[in-house]
Amino acid sequence: MKKLKDIFGGDTRQFGMIFALVALIVFFQIMTNGLVLKPENVINIFNGNSYILVMAIGMVLVIIAGHIDLSVGSVAAAVGIVVALLMRDTGMHWVVAVLVGLVVGAIIGAWQGFWVAYVGIPAFIVTLSGMMVFRGLNQLIGKSNTIPVGEDFQVIGAGYLPEIGPNTGYNNLTVLLGLILVASVVFGAVRTRRNQVKIGAATDSATALWIRTGLISAAILAVTLLMASGRKGTSFPVSGLILGALVLIYGFISTRTIIGRHVYAVGGNRHAAELSGVRSKRVNFLVMMNMSILAALAGMMFVARSNASGPFDGVGWELDAIAAVFIGGAAVTGGVGTVIGSIVGGLVMAVLNNGMQLLGVGADLTQIIKGLVLLIAVAFDVYNKMQGRPSIIGLLMRNSKKAAAPVSDKAA
Amino acid sequence: MLSDVGRWQLVSDVILEMRNITKEFPGVKALENVSMVVRRGEVHAICGENGAGKSTLMKVLSGVWPHGSYTGEIIYDGKPVEFKNIRQSEHAGIVIIHQELALIPELSIAENIFLGNEYVKSGVIDWVETNRKARELLAHVGLNDEPQTAIKNIGVGKQQLVEIAKALNKDVRLLILDEPTAALNEDDSQHLLGLIDELRRKGITCIIISHKLNEIEQIADSITIIRDGQSVETLDVKGDKVDEDRIIRGMVGREMSSRFPDYTPAIGDKFVEVRDWTVESPVIPGRMVCKGSNFYVRRGEIVGFAGLMGAGRTELMRSIFGQSYGIFRSGELFLDGKPVSLRSVPAAIDAGIGYVTEDRKVLGLNLLDDIKTTTVSAKLKKISKHSVVDRRAEFEAAEGYRKSLRTKTPTVNEGVGKLSGGNQQKVVLAKWLFTDPELLILDEPTRGIDVGAKYEIYGIIQELAKSGKAVIVVSSELPELLGLSDRIYTICEGAITGCLAKGEATQENLMKLMTTLSDRSAAASA
Repeated sequence: MKKLKDIFGGDTRQFGMIFALVALIVFFQIMTNGLVLKPENVINIFNGNSYILVMAIGMVLVIIAGHIDLSVGSVAAAVGIVVALLMRDTGMHWVVAVLVGLVVGAIIGAWQGFWVAYVGIPAFIVTLSGMMVFRGLNQLIGKSNTIPVGEDFQVIGAGYLPEIGPNTGYNNLTVLLGLILVASVVFGAVRTRRNQVKIGAATDSATALWIRTGLISAAILAVTLLMASGRKGTSFPVSGLILGALVLIYGFISTRTIIGRHVYAVGGNRHAAELSGVRSKRVNFLVMMNMSILAALAGMMFVARSNASGPFDGVGWELDAIAAVFIGGAAVTGGVGTVIGSIVGGLVMAVLNNGMQLLGVGADLTQIIKGLVLLIAVAFDVYNKMQGRPSIIGLLMRNSKKAAAPVSDKAA
Repeated sequence: MLSDVGRWQLVSDVILEMRNITKEFPGVKALENVSMVVRRGEVHAICGENGAGKSTLMKVLSGVWPHGSYTGEIIYDGKPVEFKNIRQSEHAGIVIIHQELALIPELSIAENIFLGNEYVKSGVIDWVETNRKARELLAHVGLNDEPQTAIKNIGVGKQQLVEIAKALNKDVRLLILDEPTAALNEDDSQHLLGLIDELRRKGITCIIISHKLNEIEQIADSITIIRDGQSVETLDVKGDKVDEDRIIRGMVGREMSSRFPDYTPAIGDKFVEVRDWTVESPVIPGRMVCKGSNFYVRRGEIVGFAGLMGAGRTELMRSIFGQSYGIFRSGELFLDGKPVSLRSVPAAIDAGIGYVTEDRKVLGLNLLDDIKTTTVSAKLKKISKHSVVDRRAEFEAAEGYRKSLRTKTPTVNEGVGKLSGGNQQKVVLAKWLFTDPELLILDEPTRGIDVGAKYEIYGIIQELAKSGKAVIVVSSELPELLGLSDRIYTICEGAITGCLAKGEATQENLMKLMTTLSDRSAAASA
């Protein structure tokens, strides 16, 4: 047990959700006689959930800042229909259309951000309004019709990395991607370690670090090979690539940049942040705007995957995205949460969905189980906090080097 | 047998005895074999530095930490008791009034008093009886507000009295007050102490936790001193001729020759000057919270601001700090003789102004953050390149201040929420020192901080002045201002009513200036 703690840095409980994810995968793998980890299925999980996960990235920032966004599904639908119509009626190139879609998302986000940040209306209300307004816009613009999109556009939702290079039996680009990722994980670990030692801040043993890095690398390699060995023509999905890039970018922004710090500061204690020179209105505005841009992207990815934009796209997405964030350890009161945590939370939901589908469990029962998982995950978190322990993954992901021992509870 | 007889005799005299109480939290012993004896009908003070374990001991007594989570015995009224929760201890007549008042702002005084104990007639609240009884209780505590007044519309001092009225309604026999006067001004404090004295005459025993030693000296019959989770000694105030210095010696475990470090000021040129500063209240239109204020601070000078609660000290400072409070109406601000216009907090920080807020937990800190993130949070630019934070520089900066300010923490990765008040304040100071301020404004810099840490913070403030910075200290504690400041301005109802140099200021003449508007300023406010 002590060893485990060392390896995972601090409390094993903090890794609860990752363990839960692994346990879920193993469970369904056994129950379905190995269907879950078939290449096609893994690719399917990525393809079928990446748009939700893209939104979870935006949502976690919104929730950290102390807000919520209920409008994401409607925003996604509204942008989807605009982009689909532009391509069909004006013959716009799909790349341009995607850019226009993102701009439309930004405009919608600026609208909502304005009300939240500068007028001071609670985001719950603003985005509840947005949920209706943009759903209506989708149906108004599309005349409640389903608009098909061209094959070239479908790449962002249903595309795969192309086959190039010698025939190795694997998809070469996928393998290459995996190797690059492993290399950067190892490189990152070495560099962090060196820095920590240099400034005397190393808190975990070197062996633990190497085992941890080894495990992460092995996991990446396993997923890579799985995806690369699929049916000819399939490989790592483009939507997964987009998601991966966004996770890296937003993970970096949230932990390493000034604006990221400011988001946590505003959510943690708005007054203290303002009196420390944080422009909290601007932070709130940007966070809301960013959410709508990501929702726009998610909407386009979904349209690309389903070959058409329809009047009921994105219904209920906000709930999936919000659930992912809270399962991932964010706090309802703001100030706590991580991008990676939310992705793990989203994957838990995704694997649950997928596994039960494979088992032939009905949608009714699946809903019930998903609902209970959300409740239990957050209850677990709340319980831990009452015990004075850090939230499951929330804190860990923000700073995995944190020493675990609480100093004092006895402050007067 | 003999001991049994002796015990029986004690019962009549002793209301509470706590024996060998030990309470552990994961990784730390908050209380270790603490014992104390409280006699019936006395005012018993508990003194100790922050983090010594005073509040924990009271939480053990009142059942916040239930029986079983600690070891040791509690004998109340001659019988051993094992409280599982607050309800049980309240049932036995033990009521604790916490530092953070537990009143609901939107509800009325009467509703708050009877919350959980409502007068009900066949399932419906009997308002006539409720208000009648409330008025009666309010009279007991010397409050003549209408019971229907909402809590949010009365001041903190009166709220404290409502809490006591609420306790009286519960037939309190042992009243525990945790820092009751921390947020009160002199008048309200005196009124509260008078009330405690009256309760004592009615036979209600009081345990009072306070950092204000002069008040303890004034009111308490005996004092138990706790240091580092252990009970050090119990003093009989009258018999032992206890004075403040004696209490301090017990608390810190050594003689404190002076409560202020030695210091010779080196005062330079005028750094900041404020002329005719007028600010309107953001809540009440037309009401000016600062009325044509004029003052200046020189480099190397520590300038105190004295005023009663609500006089407008904080409002003035926050308004100067990037207009972060109220609506700016008129006035000029000069830094180094040049007029500047600072319309936002970032602008003020860039201009070299720092502001340590009065309420650490509400305004000063993000309690979810760790020490190192907090330290650099007011000037992230300083350790960032292209808006990316250099975590190594961050760690080194935080580590530097940890050492120089002697913050007690294992590492700078620790959450600030876990630190004691004094150490939290050091982190806040580090945060502002990190911004390299030329003018640092400190609003109640030692509130809720124990004597030892206060001394250290005074030292830090003096060091800052010595290095040529201009320093403003706002404080409700006049001895603190008198000991620290080179000059003291007094504020009354938003107007600056006087300015006294170190030699000429006394508690008496400051208090007089703090409570009287001069004709000139009265005319200005009209």
